[in-house]
Amino acid sequence: MNMLEQIEKENMRYDIPKFRSGDTVSVHIRIIEGAKERVQIFKGVVIGRKRGTMGANFTVRKISHGVGVEKTFPLHSPRIEKIELNSQGRVRRSKLYYLRNLRGKAARIREKGIN
Amino acid sequence: MPKAIGILGQKIGMTRIYTEDGVAIGATVVEAGPCVVLQKKTEAKEGYNAIQVGYGTKKESRENKPMIGHFKSAGKGCFYHIKEFRVKDPDQYEIGQEIVAGDLFKVGDIVDVSGKVKGCGFQGVIKRHGFSGGGKTHGSMFHRAPGSIGCSATPSKVVKGKKMPGRMGNNLITKKNVIILDVRSEQNVIVLKGSLPGTNKGLLQFFTK
Repeated sequence: MNMLEQIEKENMRYDIPKFRSGDTVSVHIRIIEGAKERVQIFKGVVIGRKRGTMGANFTVRKISHGVGVEKTFPLHSPRIEKIELNSQGRVRRSKLYYLRNLRGKAARIREKGIN
Repeated sequence: MPKAIGILGQKIGMTRIYTEDGVAIGATVVEAGPCVVLQKKTEAKEGYNAIQVGYGTKKESRENKPMIGHFKSAGKGCFYHIKEFRVKDPDQYEIGQEIVAGDLFKVGDIVDVSGKVKGCGFQGVIKRHGFSGGGKTHGSMFHRAPGSIGCSATPSKVVKGKKMPGRMGNNLITKKNVIILDVRSEQNVIVLKGSLPGTNKGLLQFFTK
């Protein structure tokens, strides 16, 4: 095997659950403030995943105090404590950028398995 | 030329590595060595102290007879790349001795890396020298041209070294003070912080400091 692939395989994380665009996830992020370290939870809808090896990332969108907030996380970062899969959504696109133009009821995503 | 022993290698590719604090670092994975000492050059004979090393095994059927004769004393086959490293005392090396990355480098060391930059072909002054260029709109009529290249009757010539369009890249550069993030001596692989010149599989020289 190529050494590059081997080094990447060693550094990649395999403890992350399977999730895809449209799913609602809670990302537990370790935040370092000075000497202190705490865990912040960012809960929202995954609006896109960028596949790849060490460079893979995903974007989570949520509405916080009426303002849309998006965060992009590197998938294999050690700063991510864990990712919780809250619910699976039924969507027909891989990138849900259209949600940015929708508000309130229109921005809801149907849950998987419920018609 | 740095008076330090080094090693030859080739770039495998780039990746991302996280530190213990979770900071992402761009890293280059390179194969470094093993290099075989082919010849010792001494002050008495050649006028300077150096060792000649070979890297990259080559089939003997692809090599010409004078070179096969040159490689014979080392007895480690033929090589694609032959380079010299200036050393203070060539006698501490044996002909045929293998120089491996695990002996030279350890994690946290700083090295200089030389390599040939990717060729960019014939480029204008904006890409080649970072000129700002003119406005794109509002009837500017001056876009990516170099502009005036000198004065009039005095000095009635263009000064030497004037930055002009031309061939860009494809030259040897040295990136100084590159940090080693990881050394894997069994596979002869080292991981360096940041980018390095040239293409994947391109020849690189690593100098210890």
